[in-house]
Amino acid sequence: KMSLSAKEKTLVKTFFSKVSGRVDDIGNEALSRMLTVYPQTKTYFAHWQDLSPGSASVRKHGKTVMGGVMEAVEKIDNLCEGLRNLSDLHAFVLRVDPSNFKILCHCLLVVLAMTSPEDFSPETHVAIDKFLASVSLALSEKYR
Amino acid sequence: MVEWTEAERRAIESVWEKIDVNVIGPQALESVLIVYPWTQRYFGVFGNLSSVSAITGNPKVAAHGKTVLKALGSGVKNLDDIKSTYAKLSELHSEKLNVDPDNFRLLADCITIVISTKLAAAFSPDVQAAWQKFLDVVVSALSREYH
Repeated sequence: KMSLSAKEKTLVKTFFSKVSGRVDDIGNEALSRMLTVYPQTKTYFAHWQDLSPGSASVRKHGKTVMGGVMEAVEKIDNLCEGLRNLSDLHAFVLRVDPSNFKILCHCLLVVLAMTSPEDFSPETHVAIDKFLASVSLALSEKYR
Repeated sequence: MVEWTEAERRAIESVWEKIDVNVIGPQALESVLIVYPWTQRYFGVFGNLSSVSAITGNPKVAAHGKTVLKALGSGVKNLDDIKSTYAKLSELHSEKLNVDPDNFRLLADCITIVISTKLAAAFSPDVQAAWQKFLDVVVSALSREYH
């Protein structure tokens, strides 16, 4: 199992505390990109009226997703235990194919890099990439 | 044959115009070597890659980054025949360099992320979609001569 070093955890926590005031916009941007760049992801949202970038549904859901990400930052020392409810949700209710976690993580990285270019050093990039991959793993833990 | 809309062509060209290959190339290659360290397996001859600062200070990495990004320019200028544009490079990467083509995807993702730091809001979702479609086609062309 991949683990984050103490230094990487600090980098992640520092970065996300800096952007904490903008998480709603970040969530909206990341989700909007995911639906545009990877249209197959729209299949999970057929029940929404409007799937266009920045729509009310997209904004609302972006906020929800980022809530989960920020919760994961807080529980970075024990993601599997800490995200147990979200893990159950994704395994038994949502059943999102895990390949989509990678897609959303990539879109999140693009948005984080775009909006915080000065803070997005190579060390920060790898730390966040590893963190998001660990979150994805925790979310797909109960799938089978 | 890949179909490109006018909007996609314009988006790809607009990204290409805005970037400096001599800056983006090195940064993208450094990123892939740092974020996905197993990719270092292909660069034994580059010398010291033992730390982030070693990688970002390595002149061979920088030079090669420029080479790779410049090659991407051929694709931008030949959107309607990317397959033959990269046929020789595909053969080189498979026969001589023995690069696992999955690495092309990793590098493509790093190129996209580095570009996004430079273009900021100009890298809208639609522009990102066109750009990533372009990179997908290039990656596909590079993976073609593998057997």
